[in-house]
Amino acid sequence: MMEKEKSTFSQILGYFIPTNRQEEVSLSEEDGRTGDAVIQIENLNVYIQDSHILKNINLTLYDKKITCIIGPSGCGKTTLLRSINRMIDTTEHLRVEGRVLVSGEDIYEHKAEITHIRKKIGLLSQRPTPLPMSIYDNITYGCRIHGVRNRKVLDATVEKYLKNVNLWDEVKDRLHSPASALSIGQQQRLCLARGLAVEPQFILADESTSALDPISSKHIEDLFSKLRERYGIIMVTHTLRQALRIADYAVFMYMGEVIEQGTAEEVFKNPQNELTKQYLSGVFS
Amino acid sequence: MIISVIIVFAFLGSILITIIRNGWPAMSWEMITQLPGGGFYIGKEGGVLNAIVGSLYIVGASTVLGLLISIPIVFYINIYLKKDSKLSNITRLSFDVLYGIPSIVYGAFGFTIMIFLGLRTSLLGGIIVITLLIIPIFVRSMDEVARQLPKHLLEATYSLGATRYETIKVAIRQIAPGIATATLLSIGRAIGDAAGVMFTAGFTDSIPTSLDQPAATLPLAIFFQLSSPLPEVRERAYAAALLLTLIVLILSIIGRMITHRFSKNKIK
Repeated sequence: MMEKEKSTFSQILGYFIPTNRQEEVSLSEEDGRTGDAVIQIENLNVYIQDSHILKNINLTLYDKKITCIIGPSGCGKTTLLRSINRMIDTTEHLRVEGRVLVSGEDIYEHKAEITHIRKKIGLLSQRPTPLPMSIYDNITYGCRIHGVRNRKVLDATVEKYLKNVNLWDEVKDRLHSPASALSIGQQQRLCLARGLAVEPQFILADESTSALDPISSKHIEDLFSKLRERYGIIMVTHTLRQALRIADYAVFMYMGEVIEQGTAEEVFKNPQNELTKQYLSGVFS
Repeated sequence: MIISVIIVFAFLGSILITIIRNGWPAMSWEMITQLPGGGFYIGKEGGVLNAIVGSLYIVGASTVLGLLISIPIVFYINIYLKKDSKLSNITRLSFDVLYGIPSIVYGAFGFTIMIFLGLRTSLLGGIIVITLLIIPIFVRSMDEVARQLPKHLLEATYSLGATRYETIKVAIRQIAPGIATATLLSIGRAIGDAAGVMFTAGFTDSIPTSLDQPAATLPLAIFFQLSSPLPEVRERAYAAALLLTLIVLILSIIGRMITHRFSKNKIK
């Protein structure tokens, strides 16, 4: 509710105040973000058809931190990620039990508004998924569906978020050419910018660097480290080294269960569980 | 493979040669710009403007109507319904059946309805029947493209907080080339159909000025003139066929150009 009021407010400001004030408006917006938002997962069980995919998950995910979810393939990492923004709803024969609280609001409650939840929690998928439109329209698409129409505000948004992901200098002269013409690494950054443009609190990243070349993947990684100042980032990764480099918190999953969770220090340096130790030392992967 | 390509070209070539050789002598400015005069059907002065305009009216209106009806159907079965839902399977099966029904059956069906409603042969009747005739073509060919919609594309818009309706607006851009192709196919079928319009749109020597007047069409103009015993009249039938082919050709080229424009943003 607060968010909505704020965005209309900034819209109105954007309308009356000439462009040089734009920056200030967006800054004050940043400061207004609540600092202690968390995602709380309580006794989450997910069944698809008859298989029990997620078993009794209890987790707390923090704002302005990077939480890495690690574990072998097929352990439910992606399902867990997708259940946080209810993208899992698109799966057929699905049954979900338990609660996922985003800033105290249960997203699986009957009256929860899915579009609102997804606006608060952005998703960056494994492969870049640009929309079939121009670079400019890709960024503004999210804003438009949430009611921002003012051209100046949109222009400013495009510039701001493209700069945020270090893409502005590369594309500023061809904002209206198709997004599909960008390189795959640029596309992934564009998708990140597009996700940020709807002003989420959390970003879910599902192996977002695995389809990219080392340089592009480092780009994204650096961006995540930078973005942690403002967003809570939850990433699934297959690369342990990546997790070691950037994680604040780590969650180890195995066969649909959370085996170990804690700060990155605790989990990586001093794992308590035998399975975690084995996984980290490369006994299985 | 080369042989089959050659056969296709040979067919196309011989059709073109036949209609050009037989129709060219009768081709004249008069043919395109004039209505049939007195005694047109025994070889006197006049042209087939009535049929050209009638055909374009019917094709134009039914293409628009067909698109308006079939696009929602396609998105409903592809985005709103689950993948293995019964309703979508039944819908697809029904359209397969409808696709295969010959146009004379549509014509007869349309005729029955018109009798029931007390309508006479009219432009409106022709438009309704041709619309019914091309909806299955629209739906089936657009459905093929819509099924290929990448799942991650839909998820990308959902994850930005889009509703299903807003997602459709993105999906429509992705399948725009498919929609253009479907439109071309439908126009081709609609403009060349004689049996569907025979009972419903009728035939007349004048250009219809309202929906309840009968309308002439090019295929019927060909049909009537070709069955004449007079060689001059038969020549005109070929000229009308040539015109019909030219119209289809022009529409196809325009369609290709539009498709090309639309597919600029497509994600591969």
